[in-house]
Amino acid sequence: MIVNLFGRIGRSTLQMIAKLGDVTLLSSRSLAFAGKSPWQGEHYVRQIYALGVGSFVIIAITGAFTGMVLALQGYYTLAKFGSESLLGSAVALSIIRELGPVLGALMLIGRAGSSITAEIGIMRVTGQLDALEMMAVNPLARIVLPRIMATLIALPLLVTLFDLIGLAAGYVVGVDLLGVNAGAYVGETVAKVLPEDLYAGWVKAIAFGFIVGVICTYMGYRAEPTTEGVAKATTQAVVAGSISVLAVDYILTSFFL
Amino acid sequence: MIRTEGLVRQFGDVVALDHTNIEIKKDQVTVILGGSGSGKTTLLRMLSALDAPTHGSVWFGDEDLAQLSSKRLYELRGKMGMVFQYSALLNSLNVYDNVAFPLHEHSDLDESVIQTMVQMKLEQVGMRGFEQLMPSELSGGMAKRVAFARAMIADPDVVFFDEPTSGLDPISAGIVTTLIHDITKKTHMTSVVVTHDVHAALEIADHVILLWQGKVIAEGQADAIAQSEDPRVVQFIQGRPDGPIPFSRSKTPYHEDLLRVRL
Repeated sequence: MIVNLFGRIGRSTLQMIAKLGDVTLLSSRSLAFAGKSPWQGEHYVRQIYALGVGSFVIIAITGAFTGMVLALQGYYTLAKFGSESLLGSAVALSIIRELGPVLGALMLIGRAGSSITAEIGIMRVTGQLDALEMMAVNPLARIVLPRIMATLIALPLLVTLFDLIGLAAGYVVGVDLLGVNAGAYVGETVAKVLPEDLYAGWVKAIAFGFIVGVICTYMGYRAEPTTEGVAKATTQAVVAGSISVLAVDYILTSFFL
Repeated sequence: MIRTEGLVRQFGDVVALDHTNIEIKKDQVTVILGGSGSGKTTLLRMLSALDAPTHGSVWFGDEDLAQLSSKRLYELRGKMGMVFQYSALLNSLNVYDNVAFPLHEHSDLDESVIQTMVQMKLEQVGMRGFEQLMPSELSGGMAKRVAFARAMIADPDVVFFDEPTSGLDPISAGIVTTLIHDITKKTHMTSVVVTHDVHAALEIADHVILLWQGKVIAEGQADAIAQSEDPRVVQFIQGRPDGPIPFSRSKTPYHEDLLRVRL
């Protein structure tokens, strides 16, 4: 019984290590095409456009509600200490340093990451990846790389949008609905949010964009070539992507404190 | 033109190809026949270097495909075309862009020249006028024909066909079969066709290779195969359920499996 348990743990660990190695190899082989001819710039732009425009509405809505909820909750907590004037900086720092990158990444995984996995998986099932190979077009360069680059570039832009909308929504709730002094709200925000806070948020967004791109493309590329396999890969991409984002977020947060 | 030497391909314990030696001759239609699971598609994937052998080698001219750098392999693929079982047209592109894709990728030809070439190939397969349709708007037969045009667009030396008539009605199957034969002969192309459609195979083949359990059990000219007295060939060609090729693929006797069931 105990031997079986250890055996199972050992097998799972080995499988996980093998998978990690495979992810690293596949993504590094894809990224190796970044500087090589033929230049895939047109495909980067197309993917960035699809990701950015496609995720714009959901990111805006999430940003707005996050800012509004933060203002409400923050006001409730700060009022207990008579520090309502700090609301602006509390909302801004929470959004810029933490919630913008993390929620933005989670929304991107749900909205675009899952569709990247499904799209590549379906290309595998229907033989389109093999067809590209037969036409002497490397699928890693043509399909995988532009999608990794797109998430890498689009997420920081989407996070910036999330931050701006979140801050505006927080201001509306804090100042217009809860009656916090507008001068104090804005003054505290400007005084407390430092360039390194913005920097930390963007570094996280870039890191998460890379992680989302690598995991979602990998899951699609290695999907079992069946309809069930694609469905499973899509679920795995969302789960693995979300957990990875949260785990890396902890590491980066501890680094930037 | 292409030959295999002692080709073995294993998937775990399953041996899909078992020391298979074949030769594809230039300017001929070679048909690889065999039942489901006989290793036909695996063999085709080896010949086109989409998969690597477990043992043995595939030679394209005097080059061992497994030993090539990816750069050289992609250069060689410029001489190959492939029509996949489910056509494998790129979903995001219309018929014109699918057919023009290899030229857009690998040539600096002017768009007007590409347009002319695409028109010519689509005319050859009877699909001119359908350039703006998306793959999802095509029937199975139409998609196969577009895939054929795409495979031919760069005038390859060899085109591989994976089950070109499967899932098609008899008329569409007949059209595709005739196209393979006629275009191969007119353009001096080499065609390798994998199918289990005996009627189509014997009609278009210059050379037939019959596979069973990953081994070549017969090969020769279509007439010779049709008149073969090998009971396995006769059973396959006549489509008889009883004969040396067993109906059941189980390795253990039925009664033993039944006795193992715990009630």
